[in-house]
Amino acid sequence: MKWNGWGYSDSKFLYNKKGQAEFTGKRYRLSGMIIPGLREWMESTFGANLQHKTPAAPILNSSAVQPPTLNEAFLKELKSTGIPFSHDAEDRVFRSHGHCLHEIFALREGKIGRVPDLVVWPNCHNDVVKIVELACKHNVCLMPYGGGTSVSSALECPPEETRSIVSLDTSQMNRILWIDEKNLTAHVEAGIVGQDLERLLNESGYCTGHEPDSMEFSSLGGWVATRASGMKKNIYGNIEDLVVHIKMVTPQGVIEKSCQGPRMSTGPDVHHFIMGSEGTLGVVTEVTMKIRPMPEYQKYGSVVFPNFEMGVACLREVARQRCAPASIRLMDNEQFKFGHALKPQVSSIFTSFLDGLKKFYITKFKGFDPNRLCVATLLFEGDREKVLQHEKQVYDIAAKFGGLAAGEDNGQRGYMLTFVIAYLRDLGMDYYVIGESFETSVPWDRVLDICRNVKARIVRECKDKGVQFPPLSTCRVTQTYDAGACVYFYFAFNYRGLSDPVHVYEQVEHAAREEILANGGSLSHHHGVGKLRKEWMRETISSVGMGMLKSVKDYVDPNNIFGNRNLL
Amino acid sequence: DLGYALRTFNPQPYKGAPSSSTSDLKKAVLESQYLRYIIALETGSSVEKVRQEARGILEEMSHNLQLGFIRLMAYTVNKVFKRLFRSIYVNMEGLNMLQQAIQESPVILMPNHRSYVDFLIVSFILFTYDIPIPVIAAGIPLASMKVVGEILRRSGAFFIRRAIGSDKLYWAVLSEYVRTIVRTGCAPLEFYVEGFRSRTLKSVVPKLGMMDMVLEPYFKGEVFDITLVPISISYDRVVEESLLALELLGVPKPKESTTGLFKASRVLQEDYGCMHVNFGRPLSVRQLCEGKINRSEYNLIPRDLPQRPSTEIQDCVNWVAHLIVRTQEEGSLISPWSLMACLLLQAPITTLTEEGLQWHGLTEKTLWLRKLVLDFRGRLNWPDSDVMSSTVALHHSIVHHKAGRVCLVQDGDPASQDPLSPEEGVMRTAAAVLMLVSYRNQALHVFVRPGILATAIHITKSTQKDELFSFFCFLRDVFANEFIFIPGRASQDFAEACSLLQKCGAVHMSEQEVTVLETGLEVLSFLQKLLQPFLDSYQLIFRYLCENGAHVFTEKQFLPAVQNLATKLILSGDLHTFEVLSSDTQKNVLSALRRLEAVTKLRAGLYITQKELLGGSIPTRFSLC
Repeated sequence: MKWNGWGYSDSKFLYNKKGQAEFTGKRYRLSGMIIPGLREWMESTFGANLQHKTPAAPILNSSAVQPPTLNEAFLKELKSTGIPFSHDAEDRVFRSHGHCLHEIFALREGKIGRVPDLVVWPNCHNDVVKIVELACKHNVCLMPYGGGTSVSSALECPPEETRSIVSLDTSQMNRILWIDEKNLTAHVEAGIVGQDLERLLNESGYCTGHEPDSMEFSSLGGWVATRASGMKKNIYGNIEDLVVHIKMVTPQGVIEKSCQGPRMSTGPDVHHFIMGSEGTLGVVTEVTMKIRPMPEYQKYGSVVFPNFEMGVACLREVARQRCAPASIRLMDNEQFKFGHALKPQVSSIFTSFLDGLKKFYITKFKGFDPNRLCVATLLFEGDREKVLQHEKQVYDIAAKFGGLAAGEDNGQRGYMLTFVIAYLRDLGMDYYVIGESFETSVPWDRVLDICRNVKARIVRECKDKGVQFPPLSTCRVTQTYDAGACVYFYFAFNYRGLSDPVHVYEQVEHAAREEILANGGSLSHHHGVGKLRKEWMRETISSVGMGMLKSVKDYVDPNNIFGNRNLL
Repeated sequence: DLGYALRTFNPQPYKGAPSSSTSDLKKAVLESQYLRYIIALETGSSVEKVRQEARGILEEMSHNLQLGFIRLMAYTVNKVFKRLFRSIYVNMEGLNMLQQAIQESPVILMPNHRSYVDFLIVSFILFTYDIPIPVIAAGIPLASMKVVGEILRRSGAFFIRRAIGSDKLYWAVLSEYVRTIVRTGCAPLEFYVEGFRSRTLKSVVPKLGMMDMVLEPYFKGEVFDITLVPISISYDRVVEESLLALELLGVPKPKESTTGLFKASRVLQEDYGCMHVNFGRPLSVRQLCEGKINRSEYNLIPRDLPQRPSTEIQDCVNWVAHLIVRTQEEGSLISPWSLMACLLLQAPITTLTEEGLQWHGLTEKTLWLRKLVLDFRGRLNWPDSDVMSSTVALHHSIVHHKAGRVCLVQDGDPASQDPLSPEEGVMRTAAAVLMLVSYRNQALHVFVRPGILATAIHITKSTQKDELFSFFCFLRDVFANEFIFIPGRASQDFAEACSLLQKCGAVHMSEQEVTVLETGLEVLSFLQKLLQPFLDSYQLIFRYLCENGAHVFTEKQFLPAVQNLATKLILSGDLHTFEVLSSDTQKNVLSALRRLEAVTKLRAGLYITQKELLGGSIPTRFSLC
């Protein structure tokens, strides 16, 4: 894994000697391929230039890391339990951040802030119980760490924390403890990461179907702690729909329910204190979740619409008829072009000829404006016959909104994009381009307005803040619900000529969030609040709501052992 | 002219705008969820009937903009204007900014309204410079004019009834119609924020109904931004000058009719000097409202449903409307004639009507005033050559200049033939004076703030800043229906007044004190005299209400009674202003008293005086004046 960028060390975008973009490694469909359109896209979209590089610091300079503040009494007792730990600089730095732009940017520049003083690796629920007990006894601050994919500053160590900070890394608690085939549930340790969970379940013919974009690295415990959402939630549900039972260790002891009934009327659901608690109440150690037999058949698809308005109208109709496929996403024109730029080099003349023909058909014959059209990507799952039937239903609806089926390839590439986009940010950062994504959920009638207004706000703020080049400001409608949709924004710009690009970036992102809230959007659909969006919590859930959450925190963790200061 | 009207017209529209016809617009309005909701609420008759009614309202209201008629309009307007005016000046940098703005967001054109001639001038200019033609909010009487009504409709006018009152359905159709125009950005929208033509040529306190409708799409996030363009139209001489004065004195205005229009064509024989159209800097509603409102108040109710805006939003709308009128004032051009009118009105009335004012003295004083206006950052229209005698010649209907003296022209035959009663004589003079007053009013906005300070200094005889500020605020408050003050900016207004008086050398300012300088007496006395008629008028009416004792009174009794009392006092020489005879002044006083809660309205036209007035603080403070 990279210490100052996204994902695996062997996988990254770079420009080869010929100046062509290339994706290294062997892990992804795109790996080892040349991507001829990327360079031109980067140059034209951002005004980036291969001559102007901003390389990252290659290795971690351990001397830049502050020496650990250790609580000797805690350490002594910890040693006696035999639970592995480390205060090696690299281990500590690795667990000091998530993937917010400012976090990665600082690492690339070799700047290290407050980092955890110690990392512990519990192996099971009982280890966690012991660690929490010791932490309470010696007044040590605990910060749970799962996959490290947070984008809400949730993993940042509060600079004002004077106690010793211990990062509790759950990665060793990664077993499936049992599978219950009668009830279709699995009991899993919370440190398991998404792709391992799916792979292991697949071996038994099952899946959870929970596929957040970060699933290669994010952990089950992290999903629970942030109220995660998966791409295929239309079939499988979001994390709150998937979870049957949770075990969490808190300073007051272990919280869990007494049975696995599928639904209960026993007062407010205590699971909902845990889900979204963002590591402020305790450590999720074990989770029972629903599983499903693996789908027999999967099919990607895509539809081109003449414009974004028609696309949104179509998605709304699909939601109204409650016939959304496993996944349906609508990308705007800029994102469509972006996806296009990521097409790998085609091997045969025939395919490129076909592509040309398709383009001709859509733009010339059907009269779609290439600067306005947008594309929806689809993923169908289930048994073959039903998938085909379902597919027809969705394409029929799309046709009513001027949509043209645009093939499986485009669909599949759309989904691939979500896995490589984070790698792409690292490439951008090599060439003065910084950016990030953020999300919201919003009622249907406001979808178009929020997309337009937030994108326009970003462009205007960039201009006002002195950004020299027009920014990339794009969005997609990424999930549909009965009463609204989840909208995902990408925002990036070329920061050449700015003295403090991260500050500018943060100001623009802040303005964009204000715009979202003013347009009836939520503070977050699935990224969570962390420390990045804390300032808006009170207006989001009201003062009484804040009081409720605070009183839970005060009871469960009066000494603020779980002191990451997220959320409240 | 024909060639001009037939030129190719190829404007750059708002980029987000779909091309939509007027029938699309009407359909969108009728089918809106908002209207369906309102229709469902209307009880008493069947839904179909109410729908029909709504359709009828929309038909009556709707514009029908067609390029062909724009050409016809442009042709006619061009012809007429060439007869009326020597030239029309337009500021090009304003037009360029407008052209830019129109491509970025929906644009609202907000001209002031001084004359019927205003009505198509903006469309005419935009046509000339290849900018999209606006749709224009107009009063319904215009629609009922034969042929002309239809031509206006096809030139982009849509028509609004005068007294809508509590007709919910009408409000609903109108507001949805306006909002749809703004939301879709299908054409720029033009409306008069003052609500109607100013009879006094003074800015009118803005009306908020239309402003509300126009801003709502921004508040509800339906558009990213809205651009407001204040437009100031200034005339050397207003076509309706004499009609306006008579109307103010109670002679009803002629009904708008086509035959009336033809009769009025005799005005074509006259020379009305120049017309100046100043397109102000486009204002972004988003920027104006930043930090003032929280748009998330619309998050919890579907935006298609009516929702009473919070006071925060209402205040903001009010503030924006006032700001626009202030900006219109700042953009308007002051003519030498306005300055002369200021000075003429400060001369004793007998001098004006009888022997006349010395021309030499007048011109010298006018030049002095010119300098003062420049000091006060007023925009002057001062063509160099011999401007004063030509301006007096232009206004031969009001004054005549003979043998080195300037006299007021009074309508009607010489008194010998048919002797007038003294009361009729007062009215006759009043008509002439009020014409002069209206031209003075065109320059008032430059002097108001320092003028109020000068008055405060004069009355309180104080040098303490706090004391002056408090009296300044009191007067500002009393006169808020008379002059345009942006709400919540009392201290800025005071600071502005102080700095202007300091700049022209009238006062010396220190941390705590304002001291009058010897050199400033002329300025201060001019300013104080400029506002004296307002003080006198208000005082008279306050006194009338106090002394009359009648607690309950009707508007019908009140207006003539005040007029009678004033006439008497003028004849006896106890009152030196004719302005109290103007129905506009009387109405303003009544509104001010209602605002100050000294008088409350029981029902339409019926009022009751409150304790506040009788022996309360207002008359006590005012009696100092």
